[in-house]
Amino acid sequence: MLLIAQVLFIIVLALATWLFSKNIVQIRRNILLGVEEDLTDQPQKRWRNLLLLAFGQKKMFRNPLVAVLHFIVYAGFIIINIEVLEIILDGILGTHRLFREPLGSFYRFVINFFEFFAIGVIAACAIFLIRRNVIKLKRFISKDLDGWPRSDANYILIAEITLMSLFLIMNATDPTVHNDPFVVSGIISPLFSGVSTETLHTIERTAWWIHIIGILAFLNYLPYSKHLHILLAFPNAYYARLEPMGKLDNMPSVQNEVKYAMEPETAPTGESQPTKFGAKDVMDLSWKNLLDAYACTECGRCTAACPANMTGKLLSPRKIMMDTRDRLDEVGKNIKKNGQFVPDNKSLLYDFITEEELRACTTCQACVQECPVSISPLDIIVQLRRSLIMEESKAPQEWNTMFSNIENNFAPWKFNPDERDEWTKD
Amino acid sequence: MKVPTMAELAAEGKTPEILFWVGCAGSYDQRAQKITRAFATILNHCGVSYAILGKEEMCTGDPARRAGNEFLFQMMAYQNIKVLNGYGIKKIVTICPHGFNIFKNEYPELGGNYEVLHHTVFLQQLIDEGRVVFSEDNALKGKKITYHDSCYLGRSNGVYEAPRKVLEAFNAEVVEMARNRSNGLCCGAGGAQFFKEEEKGEKRINVERSDEAMGTGATVIASACPYCNTMLTDGVKNREKENTVQVLDIAELVAQSLQSKNNSK
Repeated sequence: MLLIAQVLFIIVLALATWLFSKNIVQIRRNILLGVEEDLTDQPQKRWRNLLLLAFGQKKMFRNPLVAVLHFIVYAGFIIINIEVLEIILDGILGTHRLFREPLGSFYRFVINFFEFFAIGVIAACAIFLIRRNVIKLKRFISKDLDGWPRSDANYILIAEITLMSLFLIMNATDPTVHNDPFVVSGIISPLFSGVSTETLHTIERTAWWIHIIGILAFLNYLPYSKHLHILLAFPNAYYARLEPMGKLDNMPSVQNEVKYAMEPETAPTGESQPTKFGAKDVMDLSWKNLLDAYACTECGRCTAACPANMTGKLLSPRKIMMDTRDRLDEVGKNIKKNGQFVPDNKSLLYDFITEEELRACTTCQACVQECPVSISPLDIIVQLRRSLIMEESKAPQEWNTMFSNIENNFAPWKFNPDERDEWTKD
Repeated sequence: MKVPTMAELAAEGKTPEILFWVGCAGSYDQRAQKITRAFATILNHCGVSYAILGKEEMCTGDPARRAGNEFLFQMMAYQNIKVLNGYGIKKIVTICPHGFNIFKNEYPELGGNYEVLHHTVFLQQLIDEGRVVFSEDNALKGKKITYHDSCYLGRSNGVYEAPRKVLEAFNAEVVEMARNRSNGLCCGAGGAQFFKEEEKGEKRINVERSDEAMGTGATVIASACPYCNTMLTDGVKNREKENTVQVLDIAELVAQSLQSKNNSK
């Protein structure tokens, strides 16, 4: 019987690991569809960002109360995962509480510590559910989240509460700790006082199995969920651009073209390669933009801070990130099905993100400032704008006038360049 | 007013310490011209060695680049850098955060390397050095002033305190809006929005921001960007409050108080 359980456990574990790795490889492949960009300079600053922004969740502390709750869930998740190590080893080896003997009294301390975290996680997740579904904070009821994304968020919170409860039930019903219960699960163990030892054991085993299968299922849910941020926030912080937020990326191809026009003697001989300007689809974006899309947890802090969005315009930086991920998933499936990307007459620009959304951006960088996981929606917006203007000459009439004024009069308005210093005459 | 140009000084074999980059708004916009003149007044008052490019100055290309027109931006950058490097410019002071940001962050990789200061930082330095002194009874003393952070000065480049320190030097009562510093709300002009009609929505961004500014009870809204200034002024007018609330650039406030100091002498 025990051997069957062990074999079953190993099969479940292997299957879950295989499925997860397969999905991660797929996501990595999708991210690498993006344009290459070297983001490995200044490793010291990058490690600092990783520590402060990802591990330390520095930006979350712009709202301290939520930050503390989120930190409990996050720390609880990481710390209680140490317990998962024991559970997995028990499952493989057919042992029970493998670490109890070697750790001695320290084991009790550790499990008690985990139990306090479990209660903390349950409480924090309950508050988060209330914020989303009862208080209905504006950024959570936004139409960006209609459908799957809203359920996704709730499923995750419910799953966390369930997993933590199973962990506590498992401890409360364990006959081998019955005489000397742990602090938190000891409080609920009287609930099972009338139950025979045999039934207790069955409840404990059931909770144990559901708990570990739940964790493995949760792991495999991540690639389909906004919750992937628990993994990708780390590389995203490391590879975050280190330049000032207001600096736009240079386009060396355009820089050179202007230079060759001004100084024809510097132009290389021979036909130049045709270049595409800006981004129309996900493959035209940088791999970092695509990593951003998978790292986005759809919290909506960007959109809540967006001046265009808060005054009722169509633009929502969160939607820009969600659209990028949706389109990238679609392209990924296309490649998986056909072996390579087969044009589907769709593109990120137009089919997912409209001109009107792009036109509303003031490039104020509030979205970049707010993002707790170092995402830049602005960078994507600017690249799509570049495609609109440079590939398709699509600009509102007023912008075309502004462009021609700059070109001909060296100012965005139609003034005589000779009158540039008229202000000194008064 | 007497404002030297680089060309004039070069002809005399002189090199000024700083180039005052006036910018398109500062040169042509009637409201922004007042800011330009105020800043030039301060420079003259303090005997700062400076010059402007005058007719040789051109658009930095900021609105073109942010709208997505990289070609036009690169053309403007190429020409400006040629002129600036031709004069051997080392230090630039701008009265517009957009020019400041572009010189500081975007021209270097195109071959334009300069020390760049925004005028509010430069003014703070003049005050710290004792070159600008306000009289005890300056016109702004005790007045309620709120400062609007410009995105390209604040979030882009982390300049939050210099303009506030200038305001504090007046002994004015500086009140903060709820959204300040890195949480500051855009005036609605950036990203070339200034040059087109706002997209359709429920409210104008500049009205949202000037409502917040007026909500502090301040009688002066201090700005550090000619575009923010125009947007907020329009917002104040939208609520017909232009008789009670003034939108003034930090340079204008400093120049005003310089005058009152001179008058009291």
